[in-house]
Formats: sequence, structure tokens, C-alpha cells
Amino acid sequence: MQEEKSIIEVRHVSKFFGEKTALDDVTLNVKKGEFVTILGPSGCGKTTLLRLIAGFQTASEGEIKISGMEITQTPPHKRPVNTVFQKYALFPHLNVYDNIAFGLKLKKMPKQTIEKKVKSALKMVGMSDYEYRDVDSLSGGQQQRVAIARAIVNEPEVLLLDEPLAALDLKMRKDMQMELKEMHKRLGITFVYVTHDQEEALTLSDTIVVMSEGKIQQIGTPIDIYNEPINSFVANFIGESNILNGEMVHDRLVRFCNTEFECVDEGFGEHTPVDVVIRPEDLYIFPVSDLAQLRGVVQSSVFKGVHYEMTVLCDGYEFLVQDYHHFEVGAEVGLLVKPDDIHIMKKERVCNTFEGRVIDETHVEFLGCEFECAPLRNIQAGEEVWVEVGFDKVILQDNEEDGILTGEVKFILYKGDHYHLTVLSDWDENVFVDTNDVWDDGDRVGITIPAEAIRVIKKVDVGK
Amino acid sequence: MVKRLFAQAYLWVLLLLLYSPILIIIIYSFTEAKVLGNWSGFSTHLYTSLFKNSVHHSLMNALINTVTIALIAATVSTLLGSIAAIGIFNLKARAYKAISFVNSIPILNGDIITGISLFLLFVSLGVSQGYVTVVLAHITFCTPYVVLSVLPRLKQMNPNIYEAALDLGATPLQALRKVIVPEILPGMISGFMLALTLSIDDFAVTVFTIGNEGLETLSTYIYADARKGGLTPELRPLSSIIFVVVLALLMVINYRAGRTKKK
Repeated sequence: MQEEKSIIEVRHVSKFFGEKTALDDVTLNVKKGEFVTILGPSGCGKTTLLRLIAGFQTASEGEIKISGMEITQTPPHKRPVNTVFQKYALFPHLNVYDNIAFGLKLKKMPKQTIEKKVKSALKMVGMSDYEYRDVDSLSGGQQQRVAIARAIVNEPEVLLLDEPLAALDLKMRKDMQMELKEMHKRLGITFVYVTHDQEEALTLSDTIVVMSEGKIQQIGTPIDIYNEPINSFVANFIGESNILNGEMVHDRLVRFCNTEFECVDEGFGEHTPVDVVIRPEDLYIFPVSDLAQLRGVVQSSVFKGVHYEMTVLCDGYEFLVQDYHHFEVGAEVGLLVKPDDIHIMKKERVCNTFEGRVIDETHVEFLGCEFECAPLRNIQAGEEVWVEVGFDKVILQDNEEDGILTGEVKFILYKGDHYHLTVLSDWDENVFVDTNDVWDDGDRVGITIPAEAIRVIKKVDVGK
Repeated sequence: MVKRLFAQAYLWVLLLLLYSPILIIIIYSFTEAKVLGNWSGFSTHLYTSLFKNSVHHSLMNALINTVTIALIAATVSTLLGSIAAIGIFNLKARAYKAISFVNSIPILNGDIITGISLFLLFVSLGVSQGYVTVVLAHITFCTPYVVLSVLPRLKQMNPNIYEAALDLGATPLQALRKVIVPEILPGMISGFMLALTLSIDDFAVTVFTIGNEGLETLSTYIYADARKGGLTPELRPLSSIIFVVVLALLMVINYRAGRTKKK
């Protein structure tokens, strides 16, 4: 890891806002000259991480180094980084020239040098004729160019960009993406780019850092992240995908959708439950024939410009398919997937596991609540235990009061024939739920767990 | 049609009723008659006599006191209020609400209460009352208004621009001076003018804090003069002038407010 020079080193950094954990033990190395994108849904902590590097906030724990210097507590004006903000943050009372010259003037550079540098920065962003314009009179794209010029004119070692293109329209965004990439090549400085747009991340970056809920999920090249997502969150967030429950029969053979498929993955062990990921463009769709591994009926078909996006129902499982060929809704089709297009991921968990405590023979406490359970044998009251609950046994209720405890739906994963939800309970622990009901992100729900679904296990038994 | 005429007439009657006292003063400032209500022909004599120092020395003194007190109080309260507004703006939501509420109490509070409480404060602290206490009192009741006129500017401001300044190498103080102050300057100016007019206008607070060493502001002078029986005729042109000046100030404030809204 150490042979290549790291310009930014983030070591075990956490950030808490009161009770809330925005960043949870984040460790990240950025190499000199790299274009790194921090990607994640809103509220995943990506902006917080950027603000910690810029110095607008300080880490609660851990340390940050820039070019080998410890800067965890250094105020922002003493850091060798510059930032491009999402809403440009140009100084409205200054014109374009004075905005760009702001940093140089503070450094007390001679007038001629400032003028030369400002002009070359303006040229770099293609805004040469706008020197004396009022910043309010510029379009969004032009303002963002000025903001970029204002940052790069200071020749920082690292340029931090906080969703700089989020406020622009699609066409403008595409153009600016290309320009940013070009600029990165020419300047040779390190870019750290924050975005929630996975396509932008794939287009621009040398390295993508996928974040969710304050944690780094995966770090890798765009190709790695797309082809080899490490877990179902990454698979679902980057591009579109079919994610299904499956079982590894043995090496190179996986079973899902009641069918066995050849694949290229090994080392998962026999009869291990796994998650199967298939990209919609990797499914071949054709009129039913002997070649078909799966047979199904087209449920919907939408024209997307280059391709058609179709959902095909096979044996109770829905598949998303993208293909140039169009099949009518209701048509019977065959599906085929090549072995190396099947991506197998180890399941992070096969059921909910909570720490709990036995209250009496028929009651156990976990998630901060008391639950009734089937009569316990050989376990003393007051004993610390593990509690296991199957994903499909948890019941969610519309009405928060109906549940024993309440929570908020945080993440929804469609698994072909059911939804896999992550519900953050008010006890601050995640409850994972399999359900056929449709919930929305952010829904408040009541959570109930029936007595017969609660499995209480002695802690010593697990240890063995 | 009739309805519209009626509405129009109503408006004009209302305006006439509101402004007739001041109109009468202005009209009668252009005559020499000693008693208000008598018209002895057009003359600007009262205006010239007003500015002859020797004749109405005490009146001019009161005017000078009023203006200097207003200028000092407005300047100091603008500085205090602006700094306070920046502080309040950066508080967390709960503290923000609490402090904004506390800030609005002196505005809603009756002048007479403010006056009495300041009087009692100065007496209990053993401060001898005079020019300084009047200035302090005026600063006290003007500052909340400045806070109120600066806060909206801060709310409108892009929250990132302060950070952008720091990011470009400005120290917090430089960022304040070069970025925040230019941004809130219109609010500070409106606050200053508001403070100026409030201070010139004030009677209740002034009368409680002015002491008894012969110091007079315009309001206390007029009050004393009226109680002696009959107003000094020169007060008519003076009132007219003050009205016109305040009107001009108000128009500037309104014009500025309208312009920033458009932006």
C-alpha cells in the first residue's frame, strides 16, 4: 500500500453530530494525481468527509494527513486544498476577475503576477472575455466555471469538488464532465469529487469510493465497482441490476429461480446461501427455444432511446432486461445468461441477530423492548443471549402505534420476488425485513415480531 | 364603478385625516402669526429666525443634541446589532429561536417601560444622568431593530461563501471583513437609518434618562415649551424640516428594500 505516494491519508476518522454518526471509522488513501470520486446516496456522509478534508469541520476521532502533514485540527485557510462548492459560492459583490483574484490578493502577490494568473485560469475554463462581468449576470454553468477557476488559480495540491455539477441541466453537465476530466489531465493535481450520480462517477474517476450510512462500502476502479460489486448495496446503487437470493450448490454451480446455472465463482462452500447479481444488459432475451435457461412472460416494455427496458416474469421472479430487440408485453420469451456474467456475492447475513437478555421463561428483551417468545428451556432469567429472527418473520405496520417498536425504512432492495428492507429502529439498530408489500424510503413503520419467530440462543453455544 | 369610487374616496379621506396635522404645521410655518391658526400672510420669516442662533439659542442647542445623539446611537447600535446578528445567525436552531425572541421583546415593549427601567438602572448604578445616559439608552432600544434588519440579509446569503473565503486562505476576520460585511451592508444601512429616525423621534425614553442638568433634546424641549403655554412659533418650520428629512430617509429605506427584493 505504501509504495505509491499518498497525498491524502484518512485514518479511522469518525464524525458525530450529537447522537448521530455521520462518519463511522473511515480509512481512505488518495494517491497523488488521482481523480477520486466519493459516491453515495444523500446522507451517506460523503459531503461530511469532504468537509473534514477541507477543514470546515473537524473529525471527532481519527486523523487526516495531507502530503504527510497532520492537519486534523488545522483551520481551512492553512490547508493546501481548495474547494469548489455545489452552489458555486461566488462572492456576489465582486466581479469575475476579483472573485478569482481573491486568494492571490490575500497572499499579497504582485499585481502583474495576479493578472497573469487570473487570465490563464480564465482561459483554462474558457471564460476569457468575462473578466469584468458581474457574477450574478452569468448562467449556472458559467458561474461554476468561475468557481473552478477561483479554486485552481491558487495551485492547490488537492482540489475538492462538492457535487459541482448537481445544479446544472443534463446537457451542460455532460459537457462540464468532459471538461473537468480534461482539466484534471492538464493540471495534474489530485481531484476529490463528491457526487450522488453513479454515471458521473463511472465517467470521471480513476477510483470510486462508494459510501453508505457513514461507512465506506467499496473502493475500486469504475470497472471493478461495476463488475464486481462487493455487496448488494453497491450492486444496486451502481447501475441497474437484478439481485436475487441464490444458493451455491458447489463450486461453479449456483441455483436461483428454481434453476441451476453454471458460473465462474468458487470458494463459497457447498449449499451456501448467496446473493446473485445479473446486470440487465447481460441477459439475452429471445423467442422461446431450447437455448433458454429461463422461460417467462414480458410484463412491461419501455423504449429508452438506445435500448428497450423490459421486465420478464419467470417462475415468480421478475427480471429487468435491457436489449435492442423489442418484445411485446405478454410475449413468451426465453432468457439466457453467460456464466461469467453471473456475479456471486457472499450474504452479509442470513437472518437478524440481536444481543438480548432473558427476562423470564417466556419473555426476552432486545432492541430496547420486551418481547414474548416461546417457552425457554435451560436458560436462566437475566442471562445474556443472542436472538435470531428470520427476515420474513418480521412484520411491518403502517400505523406506528401498532408495532412493539418503531423505525424508519432506510434502504430498499428488490430481489426479484420480494423486497429486502433495511429498517433503522429507534433503538438505533438495523432490522432487516423481507416483505412483499411496497414501502418507500423514509417511511415510518411499526415493527412487530411474533413469539414463534424469536429464536433464543445461549451465547456460549455460538462461541463454539 | 360606484364601488370603486367609494373605495378611492375612502382612501383619500383616510390619508387626509392622517396627514392633516402635519399639513397644518407646514402651512402655518409660512406665516409670521404668533398663534397657530392665525394667518397673517405668506412669509419665510420663521425659517430665517429659526437659524439665527442668538434668538433661539436653546432651540438650536436641542436640535444639535438630538442630531448628535441620533448619529452616535445609530452608529454604535449598527455595529453592535450587526455583530449580534452574525452571532445569532450562527446559533443552533433552538438557541436561534430563543435569542430572536429575546431580541424582539424590547421592540414590543412600551417605550415608557424601557424608559423607566433604564432610569432605575442608572439610578441604582449611581450613574449621573445626562448626555451619556441618553446615548446609552438610545443605543439600547435601537440595537434590536438593527439586528432585525441585518438577519434577513444573512439568511439570504449563500452559506458557503464564508467557507469559500476561508478556503481561499482568508483568516476568519478577513473573511468577515471582505465577504460577510459587503453582503450584509444593505441591511446595516437600513438598520442605521431606522435607528437614526427612532432616536430623533424618541421622547419617552429620553425624558427618563436625560437628568436635570438642563440638557434638552428637541422632543423634551417642545414638551417643556408647550407646557409653558403656547408653542414657540419657530417650532413650526423646525417640525416641517424634520418631517421632510424623515420622509426623505424613509423613502430611501423603502427604495432600498424594494430593490433588494427584486434581486
